[in-house]
This record gives sequence, C-alpha cells and structure tokens, in this order.
Amino acid sequence: MAYKERLDGRKFDEARKIEAKAGVIPNADGSAYFKIGNTWAYAAVYGPRNLHPKFLQNPSKGILRCNYNMMPFSSTGERVRPGSSRRSKEISLVTEKALLPVLDLNDYPNSVVDVFIELPQTEAGSRCAGICAASIALADAGLAMKDLVASVSVGRVDDKLVVDLDYQEEAYEDCPVVDIPIAMMPNYDEITLLQMDGVISKDDFKKALEMGKKVLKDIYEVQKKALKDKYKTEIKK
Amino acid sequence: MNNELRDHVIKLFEANTRLDGRKLTDYRTVKVDVDVTNTAEGSARVRIGKTDVMVGVKVEVMEPYPDTPDAGSIMVGAELLPLSSPDFELGPPGQEAIELARIVDRGIRESKCIDFKKLCIKEREKVWMIIIDICTINDAGNLFDASALAAIAALKNMKFPEYKDDVIDYKKKTSKDLELKDTPLSVTVIKIGDKFIVDPSSEEEKVIDARLTVASLSDGTLCAMQKGGDYPLTADDIMKMVDIGLEKGKELRKLVK
Repeated sequence: MAYKERLDGRKFDEARKIEAKAGVIPNADGSAYFKIGNTWAYAAVYGPRNLHPKFLQNPSKGILRCNYNMMPFSSTGERVRPGSSRRSKEISLVTEKALLPVLDLNDYPNSVVDVFIELPQTEAGSRCAGICAASIALADAGLAMKDLVASVSVGRVDDKLVVDLDYQEEAYEDCPVVDIPIAMMPNYDEITLLQMDGVISKDDFKKALEMGKKVLKDIYEVQKKALKDKYKTEIKK
Repeated sequence: MNNELRDHVIKLFEANTRLDGRKLTDYRTVKVDVDVTNTAEGSARVRIGKTDVMVGVKVEVMEPYPDTPDAGSIMVGAELLPLSSPDFELGPPGQEAIELARIVDRGIRESKCIDFKKLCIKEREKVWMIIIDICTINDAGNLFDASALAAIAALKNMKFPEYKDDVIDYKKKTSKDLELKDTPLSVTVIKIGDKFIVDPSSEEEKVIDARLTVASLSDGTLCAMQKGGDYPLTADDIMKMVDIGLEKGKELRKLVK
C-alpha cells in the first residue's frame, strides 16, 4: 500500500508540534526542555567543573561529556531498565560529537562540561530532541558557543520523503522505511550528526537532507526564543 | 565542617524562623500534578519549593513469587539523577537512592492499601507487578516526602493496559484503575539541636542530627517508620516527631485526589 498521507495527518515536510523552555532546573548551571510531539527531553548542564579521575583531564582544554538516559517509564511498551545500555551509550557518544563543534572549551583546561539528558516521555526522535534541549542548556549555562545545534530526523516512508518520523512511521510495516537523524549548526550550514538506517538512493538522500534543513531553521528559531523568553521573565522579576 | 551553618540555623530556630523565613513546621509550597507523562500507566510530579520529582508507574505480568502464588506485588525504584543536583553521580543506585526507594516502598506496602491478591491473574502462573519509578528533576531538599507523595498520586492516577491472550497491549489503557483502600503519606520530621522541623531545605539537610520518616493512614494510624541521621533520639523525641508527622500528613493528604 502506497504511503499517500501521513498517518497523523501532517504534511510530508512538517514537524510535530514543538515547544522549548530554558532554565527549568534550578540546580543546574544551564537547563532546558524540548518537546516535539510526544517526545520530551530535559537537559541539564553542570560545569565547567573539576574533572575526576585526573587521568581523564585534558591540560590544553576542557572536555564535553554527555549522557543520554530514558526514564524507566518513558516508553509506551515495557519498562525501560534503569542504567546504561549499548543503545544509550552510543547515543551519548553521537550527542557529544554533535554538540562539540559549537563549543569553545579552550579556556577550561582540566575541566569538564557535563550534559545530562533525561527523557520522561518518548515516541521516536528522542536523540534529536535530546540534542536540541542540550544545545539550549549549554547556551543557558553561558558557555562560549559559535552557534546552536538543531536536530531532527528525516527519512522516507515507502516512496515519500518525510521530516520528523513519529513512532508509527518508524515502525511502518507495509513498506520500507529509512530513518536519518541529523543535527546542524544553522548559521554555518554544517552537519554535526548523521546516522542512517535503511535503503535509499543518493538523490533521495540529498532531497531528504534539504527538507530537513528547512525544518531545522524553524527549530533554531524555537530554541532562540526559549533562551530569550527566559531572560525576559527574569528581567520582569 | 558545617558548624557555623548549624549554629546559625539553631539560632534562627530559637526565634521560631528558618533560613527562608518559614516557621519550623511549615512546608514550602507543595504542588501535585498528575498524568504528566503519557507513556506511563500512571504518573505524577510533585514540586515542594524548588524540589521537583517525577514518578511513573509501569506494569508487567510475571510469575508470582513462590511464597505468595496468588498475589501480585509492587516494586519501587529511585534514581537520584545527576541532572538534578551537582552532588549526584552517574552509575547504579547508591545507598541514598536505595534507602529512598525502600522507604517509599514500605510506606505503600505496609499500609496494605493495595490488595496484592487482586493483582493475581492466574494462581501460580500470572500476576501483575506494579513498578513505581522515582526520578529526581531538581533536589532542593526533602526528596523523601516529595517522592512518597508523588508515588501515591501516580498510583491513584494509573489505569491498567489491556491484557489479552497473554499479551499486554500498552497502547490500550482500560478504565480499570488500581484499587487503593487508603492514602498512605509520609512526613519526614527532622531534629536539629533540640528543635523539630519538617520539609528541610538542602542547607538544613546538611546539619541534621536525626530524622524520622513517619508514614500514616487517613485515620491517624502509623504504617511505617524509618529513623535516619547520625544522632540518637529519645522515646520522648520520637513521640513528638510522630505527632508532627501525623498532623502534617493530614495536610498533605488533602493534595492527593
């Protein structure tokens, strides 16, 4: 059966509903949440702070450490067992690599910037939501950054290119699905995360990337607004 | 190390006030929200001042424990997420997190507010396991009471998913909720010097002498307790703390529907 209309009624190049807020965890040096559809990510930044054990320290600049974690009740299916898994470790790693290019950690030798991403509710696209939240949180922490990082998944369901696949699409059984999570520095047009699962032609892949870029610009605006709104309300107080 | 802070806190107590201007047995503003995450079968979020805790309930079907072949059970897990405090680290739950989970567990289990036999699907073969997970979002003191309150609110909020032909369909929630015969609630009473307070802030938690978590039922009976802290308590202290715990428990209970 051909995929003529998206299962939730969105346009093919339309992301789910997005909401972001900065400064949501008082203890953290920077924090944010980012919601896209039913996927909801919190991020907290602690640091730059001392790094132990000492052998992990880099005497020439600070390091970035990310941890992605799904809360035990964050999946529609069975409970997610607490603690790290092979999946969460890999996502932590690619998240780190997605965020690192915007940061300048030269001023913080021997220190670490910790980013903790926690998901209370997920329905596809959780690594992208985590990166979006983390990027806002890093800016909220006042770290030197040359850009924000916006992230979304693109892909193909049957013969249709789509943006921001939801769970129903990821698990669409009637035809092949391609899932491509990407992250970008919107002001540089450079890509910092790219993963892909599925079979796709070079041409379609190129088109999918272009579709993604458009949505990433919108996400970038939401991220900026979250940061501005925080300071607006702080001034009012 | 915290001697100066302790002296200061005690001096304030003498004048019947605290670091943030509260009376000794005042809670900060308590806010309870339910149904905060739709992937859980039930959920709640409790904010006490800047302390912020989320609790989600998931269910599984499993074989009953051999000593109770006709009864289901509950399980409580707590994670002191490093996202919620600079003092928490990654890794498996430490002593603190485990104590927190077990205090919340006993407050609910020992109240007998859940009839475990009603969680039996087929004797000796299949029973419901109710799994309550506590996740901290921001720790500004008193995670004990916030977690216990969120746990009972999440249980009250839960609906069983559909269970058919030995398979749980988590996407289909039924209208069946978990029957709770009572609303057990925990209040942790703190002793610093010769004064008693409730709802400690993070600073006050650094200088406590002893604490007593008092779980009680709506008729004022006790159902679980736990003493903590480095210093002992007299029986007289304990009775005073129990009185405060019961009194405050009544107030908190009004917040859970």
